[in-house]
Amino acid sequence: MTTKLTVTRPGALTTIQDAGRQGHAHLGVPRSGALDAPAMDLANRLAGNPEGSAVLETTLTGCALRPDRPVTIVVGGAPCPVTVDGRPVPWGAPVRVPAGAVLDAGPATTGLRSYLAVSGGIEVDPVLGSRATDLLSGLGPDPLTEGAVLPVGRAHPVPVLPAAAPWPAPPAELVLPVRLGPRADWFTQDGLRTFLTAAFTVSAHSNRIGLRTEGPSLERVSEGELPSEGMVLGAVQVPPDGRPVVFLHDHPTTGGYPVIAVVAPEALAAAAQAAPGIPVRFTPSR
Amino acid sequence: MSGGLVVRSVGRRALLVELPDAERTGALHAELLRRRAAGTLPPVAEIVPGARTVLLDGVPEPASLARRLADWDVPLAPPADGDVVTVPVVYDGPDLADVAALWGVAEDEVGALHSSYTYRVAFCGFAPGFGYLTGLPEELHVPRRATPRTRVPAGSVALAGPYSAVYPRATPGGWQIIGTMPDPSVLWDPARERAALLSPGVRVRYQLLSRGSAPDPAPQSPEGLGLPGARGTS
Repeated sequence: MTTKLTVTRPGALTTIQDAGRQGHAHLGVPRSGALDAPAMDLANRLAGNPEGSAVLETTLTGCALRPDRPVTIVVGGAPCPVTVDGRPVPWGAPVRVPAGAVLDAGPATTGLRSYLAVSGGIEVDPVLGSRATDLLSGLGPDPLTEGAVLPVGRAHPVPVLPAAAPWPAPPAELVLPVRLGPRADWFTQDGLRTFLTAAFTVSAHSNRIGLRTEGPSLERVSEGELPSEGMVLGAVQVPPDGRPVVFLHDHPTTGGYPVIAVVAPEALAAAAQAAPGIPVRFTPSR
Repeated sequence: MSGGLVVRSVGRRALLVELPDAERTGALHAELLRRRAAGTLPPVAEIVPGARTVLLDGVPEPASLARRLADWDVPLAPPADGDVVTVPVVYDGPDLADVAALWGVAEDEVGALHSSYTYRVAFCGFAPGFGYLTGLPEELHVPRRATPRTRVPAGSVALAGPYSAVYPRATPGGWQIIGTMPDPSVLWDPARERAALLSPGVRVRYQLLSRGSAPDPAPQSPEGLGLPGARGTS
């Protein structure tokens, strides 16, 4: 018999995520997958899951689940109060949840996205090799709704824990190392200087597609659109309003606005945890 | 390769190869696929064509690949023996009159003209399985609609700029809709081995259907296109 989780509180936006779908960008299929991949990986490891097992990714307000059989769940990523039937239990460590009890991952105290790894993984049907919800093109399972039922795979033995797990703290300031190009030549010297020196903030309009910024507008050499070209994860695209957008995992595969620079991929986990209002700086790197 | 190939770095693990026109872009894309199939291309996770570029993403050694690309001899004409897909169309779109006026022909001549060319999927984007088809002569290029529609039905055959497309599913859209593909479910099916019917490099012919006539059972596709059962995604 398969263990099932019933969603008793879906939260603002909770999606199923894994390592995403690669190799389909030429068909217009975004890569998708967990925005804070290191947090997903650590939660999976603590739950005894193999790398790439599907987890839940919450947004700011957490979510709550009721298993029909006893399961082990790890809540990681953005720190948040975790309870089982109202009693506090640890965040960032395996928690045994009895059948019929409700595990509630509360609102993030810092950061933005918490990850719930269930021992055995969430076993919805994969689409193009991945169980990830892709919010740009609608591939994969829908975001969680109240009453939705999620199948869980066969549980793995939960490993013996080290005394402490290396959870990075969500950033108070987001510093994004970038390499200029491929379209830095679309911007004036002033525009480039502004990009690399100005203080931006994370916009409330950010989502899984892109981290939008507020701040000064970057001056371009000329107006007009580029012929559509392929886009990479971490591309910093500058739409006509001049405010940089950092492409996250659900980004479109092609686009017509110039990419001024690309963020080093290892910095994107911090970007996934940067809540609206947090200061952002772009710094040159090799 | 001659003809103004420019290679730009994209972060630490990708290259954007820029070409002077759509024809050379298609040729380079075909050459990349040929070399990958032959096992002579260094590791590349994604090969993503654009209008005048090919993005190579997930490249462990981009500097070395960039140097090698400069020496490639790429035949200009893409091979003529590639896949050809036939897309049946009833030319009944809401923008038929506008397009007829822009083309300077009668409304009932739009379909005959549009279906008289062979197209090629230059690149995909916008939505899974949404192909941008080139092949319409320049004098027939039309602008996007001034006001985009909030919902363009699946199967809509539409034009914008140098491109022609068939919407794999209902989305908002600003293209000029000239017709309808009767069974659009074959355009995109992630459960199928080849999820997208119109993937980059595929050649396309539109087949004019008279209004109310029964369409062909399915787009005729050559062997090897991998369309078992042409299952719909509903």
